[in-house]
Amino acid sequence: MCKADFRGSDRRLHKFVWLPPPTVAEPPPDMEYEAVIGLETHVQLKTKSKMWCGCANAFGSEPNTNVCPVCLGMPGVLPVANAEAMRLTVLTGYLLNCEIPRFAKFDRKNYFYPDSAKNYQVTQYDRPSTANGSVEFEFEGQLARVRITRAHLEEDVGKNNHFDRHSGVDFNRAGVPLLEIVSEPDLRGPEHAYTYLKALTDILVRGGISDCDMEKGMVRCDVNVSVRPKGSDTLGAKIEIKNMNSFSGVRRALEYEIPRQIEAVARGEKLRQETRRWDDVAGITEPMRSKEDAHDYRYFPEPDLMPFCPTDDWLADIRAAVPELPLQRKQRLMTAFGLPAGDAQVLTDNLPLGHFFEQAAAGFKNPKAIANWVINNLAAKLSEAFAEVGDVKFAPESLRELVELVDGGKISSKIAQEVFAEMFESGAKPGEIVEKRGLAQVSDTGAIEKLADDVIAANPGPAADFRAGKVAALNFLKGQLMKLSKGKANPALAGEILEKKLKA
Amino acid sequence: MLRQLTISELTGRLARRECSARDALRSCLDHLAQVDGQVKAFLSHDAADALAQAEAADRDLAAGVTPAEKPLLGVPIALKDVLCHRGQPLNCSSKILGQFVSPYDATVVERLKAAGAVVFGRLNMDEFAMGSSTENSAFWTTLNPWDTSRIPGGSSGGCAASVAASECFASIGSDTGGSIRQPASLCGIVGVKPTYGLVSRYGLVAFASSLDQIGPFTKDVRDSATILQAIAGHDRRDSTSVPQPVPDYAKALTGDLRGLRIGIVKEFNIGGLDPEVDAAVKLAVKQLETLGAEIVEVSLPHSDYAAATYYIIAPAEASANLARFDGIRYCARVDGRDPAELNSRTRGAGFGAEVKRRVILGTYVLSSGYYDAFYLRAQKVRTLIRNDFLKAFEQVDAIVSPTAPTAAFKVGEKSGDPLQMYLSDIFTISCNLAGICGISVPCGFTKSPKLPIGLQVLGKPFGEETMFRVAHAYEQSTDWHRERSPLA
Ligand SMILES: [Zn+2]
Repeated sequence: MCKADFRGSDRRLHKFVWLPPPTVAEPPPDMEYEAVIGLETHVQLKTKSKMWCGCANAFGSEPNTNVCPVCLGMPGVLPVANAEAMRLTVLTGYLLNCEIPRFAKFDRKNYFYPDSAKNYQVTQYDRPSTANGSVEFEFEGQLARVRITRAHLEEDVGKNNHFDRHSGVDFNRAGVPLLEIVSEPDLRGPEHAYTYLKALTDILVRGGISDCDMEKGMVRCDVNVSVRPKGSDTLGAKIEIKNMNSFSGVRRALEYEIPRQIEAVARGEKLRQETRRWDDVAGITEPMRSKEDAHDYRYFPEPDLMPFCPTDDWLADIRAAVPELPLQRKQRLMTAFGLPAGDAQVLTDNLPLGHFFEQAAAGFKNPKAIANWVINNLAAKLSEAFAEVGDVKFAPESLRELVELVDGGKISSKIAQEVFAEMFESGAKPGEIVEKRGLAQVSDTGAIEKLADDVIAANPGPAADFRAGKVAALNFLKGQLMKLSKGKANPALAGEILEKKLKA
Repeated sequence: MLRQLTISELTGRLARRECSARDALRSCLDHLAQVDGQVKAFLSHDAADALAQAEAADRDLAAGVTPAEKPLLGVPIALKDVLCHRGQPLNCSSKILGQFVSPYDATVVERLKAAGAVVFGRLNMDEFAMGSSTENSAFWTTLNPWDTSRIPGGSSGGCAASVAASECFASIGSDTGGSIRQPASLCGIVGVKPTYGLVSRYGLVAFASSLDQIGPFTKDVRDSATILQAIAGHDRRDSTSVPQPVPDYAKALTGDLRGLRIGIVKEFNIGGLDPEVDAAVKLAVKQLETLGAEIVEVSLPHSDYAAATYYIIAPAEASANLARFDGIRYCARVDGRDPAELNSRTRGAGFGAEVKRRVILGTYVLSSGYYDAFYLRAQKVRTLIRNDFLKAFEQVDAIVSPTAPTAAFKVGEKSGDPLQMYLSDIFTISCNLAGICGISVPCGFTKSPKLPIGLQVLGKPFGEETMFRVAHAYEQSTDWHRERSPLA
């Protein structure tokens, strides 16, 4: 007991103890530095109810309306683990290529804060539900890989609100399931970290784990950053930055913090482990607490919950539900359909559009043409009509038929636009539209010859120009012919016949 | 006297319409009004609410509801002040909770009500169940109905005293290290600590979550079996409650011990054991042999470490469990300049000395750099203690011992010396650490003054049937349980 008291007072004394001035070592003049960055990302899980009780997991309700004795930490209550949250945690593990240990447990992390209903947070300390994974993403044209230390499940806390003369706590958020995804210090710069965060949240949104809406506080991120001479493999003093509330905030904080640390180190200053706060308005980080002030969280196993030992069947069911990841998808679209990276990216980012494309293009000889229709025409029509892919009236196969009509010379690409417009309007099949409206291309030489004669006769000037060597005049005459044919003339044939007649 | 009946006698009379539930409650409340000034078992009781429940029970009886449907129909049962009863005060015999009113019913309260019981009253205890005498109550000390200069035991002292004084037919308490069995022993009644996981803890204010269990206080073993039957069983609100069916305990009360092997513990021959207690327990063991049981000596080699282990694990868990009493959402708040100051002032003013001692102890054993040496090691020793019991239970069906090393002691006799006080749980603590079940049943009296002595019967995990069988056979072969305290 006495020992603890000494230790306590010892720790307090630390703040007043005289510290020797930092030793100044002259750095080599041309020393290059690099940043070493790791991210701790907190993500709210997309469950119907909270982690330990039946209250709604909902954003934007009136304060303290989604609460009950359990999430208010009333005397005598007990937690019951949310099965869906357990499932989403393991699913996240699979999405991030993690190991899923056959034994996981919950622990209590003890600290006092008014937004904490129990004054301990239930979390997973030394036996998390997932560990040792990775995230792959494209960065500066290359494949980047960041190792994931662990993704563990815990509970969110309430929210402090400060008013004029008093404060209040909203416990709607207290007990919302929260996943903490810890990366290894594999990131090297602000843009790198930003791209990782984007990739990570894309994966989580794709997996149905979370909506990752940062504005609604569904994603929060702490950054650990240190600097070291390039090529060195020792880590510098780890500095944690908190309070970024957007992805770009993370990037900006690093853009500020890394040069700050490099300058300090270059001056010969010895950085100390500390936690700094990002001030988004001022665009700077400022000291929050040093290592000496660090909490002792007194973790111990949560006795109110049983250890978690997933069964084979349960894991297999989750495994089977793992969706294709964005990067995998993009790569598959490129190899399976021969699409350029840009198209593949669009059809990856917009999943419904991508699915529509795949249905239309499956087994088809000209997937690129389908991709063009989907990415350019369909997407544009949809946004004009404020509609979604689910609202499209024509079947994906109709798009294939349309491309076949163009490729087979049955209609011109100009007519194809008209046909597409009507397909979008009515859902009718392109063949039927062409039939009904008599839009089939005219490839009858006799008919075109007649039209050519008429055009030449009606436009003596341009005809003379062509004969005098002005090749461009042919295009004008061809346009006139197409106009006369209401676009139905086969344009290649029209050009051929005009030229023949003019040269005759 | 109606109030002096056992539950089975009362429910018989109610079924035969020889009395009403209202009569039964009235007999308790009238007596409470007479004697509780001396016993001081009740912190409060809501007579109007209890009467409404009794009248509802009478309507059920009139409508022909049978004991099979509602085995506790019309039976007045009181609660330790640590169990949530919707709309009733909840203080845990502490000042810190202020005017707190339970917003919900504990699972046991729901189940008692579903079984027809008339649930009433808040029974005094040691603050947050930390103590062995009720002297740690922030309100007052409950007194032993056999001798009001003495303590009733604790922490569920109010539970034991109220039943021994016939202020209720039974009561419900909690046992973390002996808090049901020790006061039952000291007040001459029956008290049961069920196997960990048998009874839902939802609505029990946690002291040490991995040790706490809820159990009954009754006048005889059959009544305890009846109540346990009603409150036991899986509850999805308590993840540590075990999803398995509850056996029919009444069927286990055969009165026959033939073929059973009963263990006595080699290591329990300790100094400090009162000679009269020792003699009474030895006689009880003889009696068990006479009833047909084979007596076998068993060894629990790690018994010596039980108290040390307990006083690390229980305070550690308590330090976290009691952290929520911070004055932010509830509690008798003492304001401060900031939340941290508000918190420490509220707790400083609200908690008593023993609670503070244990919270500090628990905080210490969990702190960084000390965790491995204390908490982790204690958990390892706890496993050894449990394994000792499991090994012993390979040889025997039950284990018997004194419940407490002495009969009831004088008020103030041990309150200045926490270590002396901790010793009164020496025979009961290891049962909680091992997670097994135990019962205390009266087995005699000291000569002068006449004070009850209890026999503890320990059973295997979920071995309540055998535990009840042994306790019941012994009880029915003696007259100790028929003795009533002077204030009954
Ligand atoms: Zn809730």
